[in-house]
Amino acid sequence: MTTTIPAPVEQLDRPAVPPARGELSAAVVDLLHGRRQDVPDPTAADPFGADLQLALALTGELHYRGLQGVSDEQEWAPAVASARHAMQDHFLTALREQLPGGDDVEEMVAELVVEPVDGTGVSHHLAAEGTVGQFTEYVAHRAHYHRKEADPQAWVIPRLQDAAKAGLVTVEHDEYGAGRARAMHSALYAQMMAELGLDPGYGAQLAVTSRWVLAEVNLQTLCGLRRSLRGASVGMFAVIELTSSPGSARFVQAARRLGLGPATEGFYAEHVEADAVHEQVLRRQVLAPLLALEPGLAGDVVLGMQASGWLGDRFAEELLTAWGRGASSLVAA
Amino acid sequence: MRAEPAEVATTAESPRAHRVLVAEDGPVLVEGPVELELPDGSVLRSERPVVAVCTCRRSAIYPLCDTSHRRRRRRTT
Repeated sequence: MTTTIPAPVEQLDRPAVPPARGELSAAVVDLLHGRRQDVPDPTAADPFGADLQLALALTGELHYRGLQGVSDEQEWAPAVASARHAMQDHFLTALREQLPGGDDVEEMVAELVVEPVDGTGVSHHLAAEGTVGQFTEYVAHRAHYHRKEADPQAWVIPRLQDAAKAGLVTVEHDEYGAGRARAMHSALYAQMMAELGLDPGYGAQLAVTSRWVLAEVNLQTLCGLRRSLRGASVGMFAVIELTSSPGSARFVQAARRLGLGPATEGFYAEHVEADAVHEQVLRRQVLAPLLALEPGLAGDVVLGMQASGWLGDRFAEELLTAWGRGASSLVAA
Repeated sequence: MRAEPAEVATTAESPRAHRVLVAEDGPVLVEGPVELELPDGSVLRSERPVVAVCTCRRSAIYPLCDTSHRRRRRRTT
């Protein structure tokens, strides 16, 4: 007997514009809707604040799926491009001030692949004692990255050459499910979200997402789209791939302990296995040939690595502080 | 009859040979898809474009690598 399986019907999935989180993001929403022509000077805003980071995220989403009710033409409209650029510069300047800098990529990599035996991050907390609610909150925050997993790094592909390009595409191909739409990491994340009772729609969690996750993706987007920061884009990608495997193993532990289900356990189990491979490819087939060809990018690679670490630490602090008080870490509506 | 001399590997890639990358401090990288036959006769199939095979035998997902080979250190700060 032959069974015909109907092709899955895909719905166009683009985010709705979430509520503004301050004066700047309110102005950017109006700008995107064509209700005003410019925005206030962003240097008056906290460069790491929710207001600026949401405003930047909205202008950034125009590079990805776009926003409901906003013309796709706004992506490169001069007023939007100018506001986006000014916000990015303000954010970048403040970020550089927080980081030690340097250009020793090998030392950074060596640091990243040593596992602390007494780690205190979010994955350690969830593996040992976190609740189902806390796990679900974490997944809601991280959706902003994982529902577009591998997309921010795709911008850097044409900016690389030969061996580094081939290596990076090997990892991207795997992230994109190696040709199988259902195996795309972004799709596996959606399956987990549905299992946890979260709306898996692309951008559906934007309104409750931590400013630190917005900041991380904003930085990935801008480093991918500014040729001058291609080294930082690769550095950020390397941190994800070098640190994800052991962290994901702790999420598997947490998912099993809390009995969260096969999609949740499966998402992190896939990352234990995949990122053990990606670490090796990133080190040997991306970082090594990139720096052999363009040794002058070492400082930018280190910048991307340190920035990822710093933003990740701020996010972890925010979650653990909220949970320590017995409060929710989600942004209140 | 004489034995063929073993081919000396060069950096040039042979289109027919499978290149296996042996890392000094981690897994062996094999191009996928690959089937790994274990001592008990079971076969693990991986469709991944690159597969990391555990060599330290500490992996919780052996025969695949899970980065358990990593050095561990107590934070001193």
